Amino acid sequence: MAFAYAPAPESRAIVDIAPSYGLFIDGEFTESADGRVFKSVSPSSEEVLAEVARAGERDVDRAVKAARRAFATWSALPGAERGKYLFRIARILQERSRELAVLESLDNGKPIRETRDFDLPTVAAHFFYYAGWADKLKYAVTGRSPMSGTSGPDPKPLGVAGQVIPWNFPLLMLAWKVAPALATGNTVVLKPAETTPLSALFFADVCRQAGLPRGVVNILPGYGDAGAALVAHEDVDKVAFTGSTEVGRSIARAVAGTRKKVTLELGGKAANIVFDDAPIDQAVEGVVKGIFFNQGHVCSAGSRLLVQESIQDELLDALKRRMSTLRVGDPLDKNTDIGAINSPEQLARITELAAAGEAEGAERWAPACELPSSGYWFAPTLFTGVSQAHRIAREEIFGPVLSVLTFRTPAEAVEKANNTPYGLSAGIWTEKGSRILSVANKLRAGVVWANTFNQFDPTSPFGGYKESGYGREGGRHGLEAYLDV
Amino acid sequence: MDTEVSARAAGPRAGGGATGWEGVTGSVTGSDAALKRFLHGLPGVDAVGLEERAAVLGTRSIKTSAKAYAIDLAISMIDLTTLEGADTPGKVRTLCAKGMRPDPGDRAVPQVAAICVYPDMVAVAKDALKGSGVQVASVATAFPSGRAALEVKLADTRAAVAAGADEIDMVIDRGAFLAGRYLEVFEQIQAVGEACVRPDSSRAHLKVIFENGELATYDNIRRCSWLAMLAGADFIKTSTGKVAVNATPAGTLLMLEAVRDFRRMTGVQVGVKPAGGIRTAKDAVKYLVLVNETAGEDWLSPQWFRFGASSLLNDLLMQRQKLATGRYSGPDYVTVD
Amino acid sequence: MSDKSSKQEKRGGKAARAEDAEQADAVVETPVAAAPTRLSVFKTYKLYVGGKFPRSESGRVYEVTDSTDKWLANAPQASRKDARDAVVAARKAVPGWSGATAYNRGQVLYRVAEMLEGRREQFAREVADAEGLTPDEAAAVVDAAVDRWVWYAGWTDKIAQVVGGANPVAGPFFNLSTPEPTGVVAVLAPQESSLLGLVSVVAPVIATGNTAVVVASQRAPLPALSLSEVLATSDVPAGVVNVLSGFTAELGAPLAAHLDVNGLDLTGADAELARELEISAAENLKRVRRPSAAGPEDWQADPGVERLTAWLETKTVWHPIGV
Repeated sequence: MAFAYAPAPESRAIVDIAPSYGLFIDGEFTESADGRVFKSVSPSSEEVLAEVARAGERDVDRAVKAARRAFATWSALPGAERGKYLFRIARILQERSRELAVLESLDNGKPIRETRDFDLPTVAAHFFYYAGWADKLKYAVTGRSPMSGTSGPDPKPLGVAGQVIPWNFPLLMLAWKVAPALATGNTVVLKPAETTPLSALFFADVCRQAGLPRGVVNILPGYGDAGAALVAHEDVDKVAFTGSTEVGRSIARAVAGTRKKVTLELGGKAANIVFDDAPIDQAVEGVVKGIFFNQGHVCSAGSRLLVQESIQDELLDALKRRMSTLRVGDPLDKNTDIGAINSPEQLARITELAAAGEAEGAERWAPACELPSSGYWFAPTLFTGVSQAHRIAREEIFGPVLSVLTFRTPAEAVEKANNTPYGLSAGIWTEKGSRILSVANKLRAGVVWANTFNQFDPTSPFGGYKESGYGREGGRHGLEAYLDV
Repeated sequence: MDTEVSARAAGPRAGGGATGWEGVTGSVTGSDAALKRFLHGLPGVDAVGLEERAAVLGTRSIKTSAKAYAIDLAISMIDLTTLEGADTPGKVRTLCAKGMRPDPGDRAVPQVAAICVYPDMVAVAKDALKGSGVQVASVATAFPSGRAALEVKLADTRAAVAAGADEIDMVIDRGAFLAGRYLEVFEQIQAVGEACVRPDSSRAHLKVIFENGELATYDNIRRCSWLAMLAGADFIKTSTGKVAVNATPAGTLLMLEAVRDFRRMTGVQVGVKPAGGIRTAKDAVKYLVLVNETAGEDWLSPQWFRFGASSLLNDLLMQRQKLATGRYSGPDYVTVD
Repeated sequence: MSDKSSKQEKRGGKAARAEDAEQADAVVETPVAAAPTRLSVFKTYKLYVGGKFPRSESGRVYEVTDSTDKWLANAPQASRKDARDAVVAARKAVPGWSGATAYNRGQVLYRVAEMLEGRREQFAREVADAEGLTPDEAAAVVDAAVDRWVWYAGWTDKIAQVVGGANPVAGPFFNLSTPEPTGVVAVLAPQESSLLGLVSVVAPVIATGNTAVVVASQRAPLPALSLSEVLATSDVPAGVVNVLSGFTAELGAPLAAHLDVNGLDLTGADAELARELEISAAENLKRVRRPSAAGPEDWQADPGVERLTAWLETKTVWHPIGV
């Protein structure tokens, strides 16, 4: 190898992780009621990063009460003042972005290139965007009543929002949940995922620096039981969840018959459709970004490649060649493209589904790549000869595994793309404008990327059709979930 | 890319004369219409996606041993250039000395690939570089605008070759290209290629300059790349350095994709030369990353990748000194040209 | 089949006897010599599924009475299989209806208003019977129902502009959010407002390009079944609206559980049933609209757009901007 990149690790020194963390309730770090703790492990090294208090039902109750107390004053603040708190948070997040990027890479396993260039900038942008809405809410909700835009009272917040977020974009998912909730005058109890609690706890410190009133944001690290208790708590007015469709279902059942407003951001099995007239090099990049971004731990991942049969060979050659250049390894190395799988449980699931793919007769391919000896890793993997009936074409793998299917006509592409209970996202690659519009119209998915993939922006609503959940996050639409309309 | 291109025997065109070369074109270049159909049938380029990819590759962090390797490689790839109305034999000789021995204090520094001058300075350069292995490259064909009669362009080329040029950097007729007269451009490149043949039937290497800034769109750059390669270019080169937009990472990435695809289809390897605006070692390393991760390591040599540059060399030298000593260097510690 | 229809006839016969008895009472009070009162022609009320008017496949009917418990008619008591058939019909109608232009949908809804306007007397009578209103009150309700169709007819080609739009993303991308219909929506129509309430829940579902399976008010289904006749003659394509009469709980269960139903409007369910059905609807994450917690809704009030947006999904399309 002529041009071997030397290791280029980002310094860990910028982040100071304490040996232990408490729950963040009512502006203070406290132990859990039953004193339970759990360890947060770095998936790339299996190193224990910190010991974290584990929230239980009593802690949930304490946090919800704190949020309820804070709600009265927080919701009564003029919107402009609430907005200024959020602007402060956005700015502090920008200032501390390198520290938080390193922390996120350590705790989650994702590459520093992504935390530095995507997660953290997007996190700050999200707060900045919603900060500006706080004093403009009466313009945000359309069609409430005649002339609601300029006269009439502000739309009212709901109260206490119980928010449960996943481990794939820990701080970004926090931002997606917290920013609109606070902008609209709600208070928050947020449970980060058990494998990635640290950035949320650092966010608590950002709130302290911003001078956010106590109880407005409460952070409860914990497991599913704490999430379930939060969702079920009778004084929670709003539930926001991002995670698996299975848990989403149980939440939908739990809130049945209550007043709780719910948004669910669930799984996906997105089709990335490549037509024969696609801009082929960008399509290959888009396919790679679609499935290997964040190790494929993305609900909107383009995990099904639907390629027009007439260019299958050419596209797959190019894709394999491109996959061979992917750099798998140390998340803190600035040249790493694919980091660690977040947990042994997730690795087991990916491994099992990939094995099922082989067992069902699909052909497996992965580039030669050396995986580190400790930590949880999975090489970028491609399956060809996949049919709609295969598990790897139907189930969300949530890992760096791409299933390739073919189609012959646009109608067949649409039919196959829609043939799933999910409906979160989809991709279209063609140079023909009218085809893009036609296919985009027919795809049953909340986000359609044409000649691009996995783009996100605070102003752009994100959310699914069908079993990918309901409600939208981002943009003006994202406010409605937090307002009494 | 489904249009037929008759495959030609593998191997570089260099030194092989023009033999067998005509076979490449086949049905694709048989007529203006056929050539247009082929070029317009190439896959489109999505500008945003292309630029995003180039930008991501630009974030590669090249450190320590990799950086040392890249800096020396970049130095060895430089076509050290002076293309001024004010060029004199003295100026050219100074540049040649610099090219042969970039850092007088460090013999380990590789020499540059070539010295690039106007045709009337070729003899001076050839003499100054004698025995060094550094090539003499000459721009030709009414550089930089290319606005002259074909006969003039061919005479320009022959003069440079006769004066000893090892490499000819021709400009295409952008007007003809933008007007869709692709066959005319194709035939001009072929004609210039023939003018590169020496009496002993060896030939000067032909670099074809597109002037990407004037072609304006990525689709045009891709088409022009294929047009030039079909016409027998040994290198495709981004720019003259004389217009507002010169080499860009995205444009170069696109041309690297083209040479990669062309070799896959025909077995013929063609070089790439970004020129103009590449001034820092950091920029140069980014280009090498583009090469490494797009065309691949087969292109990581002066035979297949060049930088058209002048001030770049000194920045590479300063970075080289920094790597060696740990101290940041300054302009007083490298020679002015 | 023949067996079932003969049962149907028997039940019809029983109902007819009740009517005969009433007539017989009248006869007692009428001088024998007078000309006999014209015997009115009863209507056989039927379901409306896939543009056709079938009886319940179960062969069941149930007695519908007016607000004073006087027999009005027998209504089909639809079964879970009828519900299933209605979902199939509604699904089949989705591509055509959701793919129709908004202008076209607006004209179709307006046509419903026109047809309803022409049958105001009939509906006033039915609503008066069903809800115990005075003739004037009933006429006002029918007028409001006609006007509600007009209101929603006008929304079909405007809602996308109100709730959709371009998003100013921080990058070289064109980004547009547009609302799209959710798909098949099962609607439990309000129990108390047999026509205006019904129209108020059905019209927004179809205005937005969804198709509907409607469970009419259990106690007062006749205006809904008659509305089917209006829909059938108003250019509403077959299957876009399917109307079932019967027991709300019995029909709600299969509809809430049905995996090919995308949305569930629980307006006509009581709190306990609503909770049960919402749990069942979670299986495929249906969009659920809960009943009003504050009791029956004021159907005369400005409806706003909430019932439109409840059955819309936001689709956001990105495309690079580059030359």
